[in-house]
Amino acid sequence: MPYPTDRKYTKEHEWIQASDATATIGITDHAQESLGDIVFVELPKVGAELTAGKTFGTVESVKAVSDLYAPASGTVTETNGDLATSPEKVNKDAHGSWMLKITLKNTGELDALLSAADYEKFVTEEGGH
Amino acid sequence: MSSVEATPADAIIVRKTALNAVHRHMGAKMVDFNGWDMPVEYPASIGCGIINEHMAVRTGVGIFDVSHMGDIRLAGPQALAAVQHVSMNDASRLAVGQAQYSALLYPQGTFVDDVIVHRLGEDEYLLVINAGTREKDFNWVRDNTQRFDCKVEHLSDDFTQIAIQGPKGMDVLQKLTDANLSAVKFYWVTRGTVCGLKDILIARTGYTAEDGFEIYIPADESTSARVWNEILSAGKEFGIVPCGLGARNTLRLEGALSLYGHEISDTINVWEAGLDRFCKMEKPEFVGRAALEKEKIAGLKRMLVGLEMTGRGIARDEYKVLDRSGRESGYVTSGSPAPFLKKNIALAYVPPEFSAIGTPLKVEIRGQGVEAQVVPTPFYKRPRK
Repeated sequence: MPYPTDRKYTKEHEWIQASDATATIGITDHAQESLGDIVFVELPKVGAELTAGKTFGTVESVKAVSDLYAPASGTVTETNGDLATSPEKVNKDAHGSWMLKITLKNTGELDALLSAADYEKFVTEEGGH
Repeated sequence: MSSVEATPADAIIVRKTALNAVHRHMGAKMVDFNGWDMPVEYPASIGCGIINEHMAVRTGVGIFDVSHMGDIRLAGPQALAAVQHVSMNDASRLAVGQAQYSALLYPQGTFVDDVIVHRLGEDEYLLVINAGTREKDFNWVRDNTQRFDCKVEHLSDDFTQIAIQGPKGMDVLQKLTDANLSAVKFYWVTRGTVCGLKDILIARTGYTAEDGFEIYIPADESTSARVWNEILSAGKEFGIVPCGLGARNTLRLEGALSLYGHEISDTINVWEAGLDRFCKMEKPEFVGRAALEKEKIAGLKRMLVGLEMTGRGIARDEYKVLDRSGRESGYVTSGSPAPFLKKNIALAYVPPEFSAIGTPLKVEIRGQGVEAQVVPTPFYKRPRK
């Protein structure tokens, strides 16, 4: 699966797509594949503050519980309510199934994140499958 | 992840079944299970994943490589006496060709392991044991049966064990064997030619709370791979899928079947685990019996119960169980989403006063008490034909 070049990636397997000070966050295709069948997504409430590198929620598959890490700091403006009832959408389309929208605190934080090519390389080197 | 240079002294020996290369070739996600490199699930690209694998076994058929399970054979004039001494069920009730669920106990009435005892011949028994406890179990059986005139052999590495499970399991296996499978009752065994291999042990057993068979074939890689692939081909018309340990766990949990190290262990006794019906106290003697008699009089301090999450959240192994006021009062032994039942379920130890069906409890999930309720077990019971 090609990783879209319109966004940045973290080593914790989240993606973030920014347009000016607004950003959308989700998990990568590699993350959904490693987790397996996703059955539960727990997200913060609108208005919650995210800190880059800190956990902001949880995603659970049948087998595993995994923390979600904020790719950047900011304030939650919207969550994808669809995932409460249909978490399996993340398996079907990880790069299209966003989890949060946030207002970025410092757009410069994104510079430190991985490009699509670097993330793909990272996943391959990590062992992948 | 950093790479560590392995030296012979600290190198961990990872055990592999004869089907390891086949699993990898099919793209299975592999995990370390008690020192074994085993498939946890097969890829979504071939119609697998834990949920699909689980559903296939409930509604059609799936196959599992369970070669990591161990086998101990006891044979000789006093084989029955030896089995009776080291196991809690009554093996004298077994006809030749019959099997029973049982357990090996410590003198304290706690578990060495749970086992399936098969009576293969007049004086021949086969104990099928767990992967993680193979050596411990074999040593225990050998050491505790020395005074009996019977030979104890560790055959764990002699077989590739394949489980064909689900309501269509018989249809699939019948295409590959001359044995009349419909004549084999649940928890009975037969022998027959399977995929051209003569005199193969076929048992109508499993660990999925579903009908099914387990076959014991020679452990060489090429034979194992050939039989595995022939079963998959024969099962194609029934929608067969390969299944990993992930589905094996959710299937057994829906059936409330115990797993060593979770519901049963060396610190949990038979009464606590609720396995009374497999423990025959009318047998005059077996290891653990005296302690169990005392424990019965002393009464239970905790009991295994089934929980269903009524609040939003998934109970997981080792999570705390809280009473309604939020006080810690037990722990989850196994917890998971139940793919067929479409509920979040768990088995847990709680004090007897919280064991009644309908008792409201909570499970602590990431610091929050989430509502749960005691429900009857098994969670799932297969429909009788």
